[in-house]
Amino acid sequence: MKNKELNSLKEYKYGFTTQIEDFKAPKGLTEETVRFISKIKKEPKWLLDWRLKAFKRLKSLKEPNWQKPKYPKIQYQDLYYFSSPKSLKDKPKSLDEVDPKLIETYKKLGIPLDEQKKLSGVAVDAVFDSVSVATTFKGELTKKGIIFCSISEAIQKHPSLVKKYLGSVIPITDHYFATLNSAVFTDGSFVYIPPNVKCPMELSTYFRINASQTGQFERTLIIADRGSYVSYLEGCTAPMRDENQLHAANVELIALDDAEIKYSTVQNWYPGDEEGNGGIYNFVTKRGACRGKNSKISWTQVETGSAITWKYPSCILQGDNSVGEFYSIAITNNHQKADTGTKMIHLGKNTKSKIISKGISAGSADNTYRGLVDISRKALNSRNYTQCDSLLMGNSCGAHTIPYIKNKNASSVIEHEATTSKINEDQLFYCNQRGLNQEEAVSLIVNGFCKEVLQQLPMEFAVEAQKLVLISLEGSVG
Amino acid sequence: MLKIFNLKASTGGKDILKGLNLEIKAGEVHAIMGPNGSGKSTLANVLSGKPGYQVSGEINFEGKKLNNVPIEERAQNGIFLAFQYPLEIPGVNTSNFLRTAINSIRKSKGEKELDALSFIKLIKEKASELKIDEKFLSRQLNVGFSGGEKKKNEILQMKLLEPKFSVLDETDSGLDIDALRIVADGVNSYKNKDNSFLIITHYQRLLDYIKPDFIHVLSDGKIIKTGRSELGQQLEKTGYKHLN
Ligand SMILES: Nc1ncnc2c1ncn2[C@@H]1O[C@H](COP(=O)(O)OP(=O)(O)OP(=O)(O)O)[C@@H](O)[C@H]1O
Ligand SMILES: [Mg+2]
Repeated sequence: MKNKELNSLKEYKYGFTTQIEDFKAPKGLTEETVRFISKIKKEPKWLLDWRLKAFKRLKSLKEPNWQKPKYPKIQYQDLYYFSSPKSLKDKPKSLDEVDPKLIETYKKLGIPLDEQKKLSGVAVDAVFDSVSVATTFKGELTKKGIIFCSISEAIQKHPSLVKKYLGSVIPITDHYFATLNSAVFTDGSFVYIPPNVKCPMELSTYFRINASQTGQFERTLIIADRGSYVSYLEGCTAPMRDENQLHAANVELIALDDAEIKYSTVQNWYPGDEEGNGGIYNFVTKRGACRGKNSKISWTQVETGSAITWKYPSCILQGDNSVGEFYSIAITNNHQKADTGTKMIHLGKNTKSKIISKGISAGSADNTYRGLVDISRKALNSRNYTQCDSLLMGNSCGAHTIPYIKNKNASSVIEHEATTSKINEDQLFYCNQRGLNQEEAVSLIVNGFCKEVLQQLPMEFAVEAQKLVLISLEGSVG
Repeated sequence: MLKIFNLKASTGGKDILKGLNLEIKAGEVHAIMGPNGSGKSTLANVLSGKPGYQVSGEINFEGKKLNNVPIEERAQNGIFLAFQYPLEIPGVNTSNFLRTAINSIRKSKGEKELDALSFIKLIKEKASELKIDEKFLSRQLNVGFSGGEKKKNEILQMKLLEPKFSVLDETDSGLDIDALRIVADGVNSYKNKDNSFLIITHYQRLLDYIKPDFIHVLSDGKIIKTGRSELGQQLEKTGYKHLN
C-alpha cells in the first residue's frame, strides 16, 4: 500500500456519529429494564421468564477479575440497555421504509443495503445499536430453506427453533457477562441451515454502536443441521467517544451430524485514543457445540479494535470425529489490551482441534493468549495442535502466553509450540535494501506473520482484513 | 560512479572506519580484502545506509551526496548489497518478496509494475541461469536455506533488480566449488561497461573467476594498500601482516 494511502487511513475512519433521534429503555440494570426490553420486542412469555431467570441469577454473580487487563468498575446502573433509532420502533417492512440516515450510515461504513448495490455474494444483516436494520438477499436464501434474519424476528417467526437452541451452548448461568447478556440481550442474527444444504453465499452481520452511554448486548444463534455448511462473518465499528462502552455479546453455534460452520470475525471497534481514553470493552462469549458426529466448527478472528478485548471463542467437541479450529490474529497498539484465546473441550472419540494464534503488540499495549485444551477420559485418540506466536514491535509492549492443558486420556496427543519474536531491525534493513520502504517492509513482515490466519478468511474479506492489520499498526515502527 | 572521501563510521562507541577514500568508476570491479574485523561489512552497511552508525566524510554516488539518503532510495537508485548473512523472513514467500522488491524499484523510476505473469517468466529465467531450483521461489524467504543457497539467492536478487553498483559481501564464503563457478559466471554475465562491483572476499579463488581491476586491503578501518589483480596472489602467499 502506498504511504499516502496509509496515512489517510491512519485515523479511525469509522469514528463518526449518526445524528438520529433515538428511543431508549430507562437507564439502569433493573427488572423493569428487562421487562421493558422483552415487551418492546413483543416476546413470548417463556422468553421473558428466561430473561428474568438470568437477571435473578446475575444478582448472585460477581464480575470475574482473573483476566490480565484490569479496568475501572463499570457503572451498570448508569448505562442504557436498549437504544433504537426512533424510526425503527415500528419495524419497517422493506428497505424503502428504513430511515435514509441509517442507509447512509451503512453506506459510509462500506456496507450497501440498497437492493441494487448489495455486496455481491454476501448477504448482510445490519445491527444498529440494539436493533437489526435490514437483512439483504432474503429471497434467494429462503428458496433454499435457509433462515437468516434478526434474532428478534426469529423469536416471532421460528419460536420452536429458538426455544430449542437458545442457551443450549451458553447456559444462562454460565458466567457474569453471559448471564448479563441473557437478561438484556437486544438483537443479533439468527441463522438456520436445513439438512444437506450448503449455504450458497457468505452470511454477514455488521454491528454498529452509535448511541452513547449504551451497552450493546447482541445475541447470535447459528444452527447448521445435518450435512449442511455455512460461512458467517461479523464486522463491527463504533464512533470515537472518550467514554468506555461495553459490548457483551453471546454467540452460540450448533453443528449437527456432518455439518460445518465457519465463523469469522473482523473486529474493529473503536480502540480509544493514543493516550488510552475511551474505546470499547469487548467482553464477548462465543461458543460452538459440535454436537453431531463428523461435525466441524472453525473460528477465525481478526481483532484489531477495542480498548480491551476479552474473549475465548470455544468449541465443545461432543460428536465423535468432530473438529474444532481456532485461528486468531489479535493486534494491540497504543494502550489497547487483549486477553484472548480459545477453549477446546474434547468429549467425543477421535476429536481433533487446532489452535493458531498470532498476537501482535505495539506501543504500550499488552497482549495475552490464554487457551484451554481439555481432553476428557472418553475422548479416545483425540488430538490437539496449538501454535502461539507473538510479535513485539517496540520496547514498551508486552506479550504473554498462558496455555492450560488437561489431559485425562493416555491415547490422546497434544502438541504445543510457542514463539515470541521482535520485528527485527535487520529484517527491515534487508527489505529496505531491496527497495521497499518502511511501510512496505513492515507490511510484508507482518503479513508473513499473520498469513496462516488471514488465509482462513473468506476471500471477500481477506484483503480488507489485511489492510486493517496494517492500519492498526501504523506508526509503530521506525 | 562512486566516490568516497575520508569516510569515518563508528557504532556502539567503537570507531570502525577511520578515514577511507575510494573511487569506483563505471564498469570497474574492485575487490576489498582484509583481516576479520577490519570494517569490510561496516563499509558495505554504511554505503547502503544501515541505521545505527555515526558517519562523517562523504559518500557520493553519480554526483549526488548519499549520506542522508534513506536506504530504500539508495536501493532504488541502483545500489545493491549482497549480504554476508542474508536474513530469514518467516511467512514471506520468496517470489512474493522479489516481486514486491522489483516493483518498488520500478515504481520509483516511474515504470509500470510487473504483472504476476511477466514476473514469473522473468524470475524463472534468472533462476535457471543460476541453476536455482524453482521450488526455492515458493519457499519462505531464506528460511531453512543452506548457507550456500542463501548466497545464491542474493545473486538471484542482484540479477533481478539490475543495480548499477553491487557490493558482494563474502558471497563466496560457504559456496561449494560448482556453486562458486555458477555465481561467478552470474556476476560476469551481468557485468558491463555501465555497472560496477565492490567484491568483499577473503579468498583469491573468487578473484580467479571475476577479474578485479583493483584490489584494496582494508585494515583497521583504512585502505592500507591498493594494487592490481596480482596483489591478490601475493596476499595469498604472504598474508596481511607484512603490510602493517
Ligand atoms: N554494534 C557494534 N558495536 C560494537 N562493535 C561493533 C559493532 N558492529 C561491528 N563492530 C565491530 O566492528 C568491527 C568491524 O566489523 P565488520 O563486521 O565490519 O568486520 P569485517 O571486516 O566485515 O569482518 P569479517 O571479515 O569477519 O566479516 C569488528 O571488530 C566488530 O566487532
Ligand atoms: Mg564482514
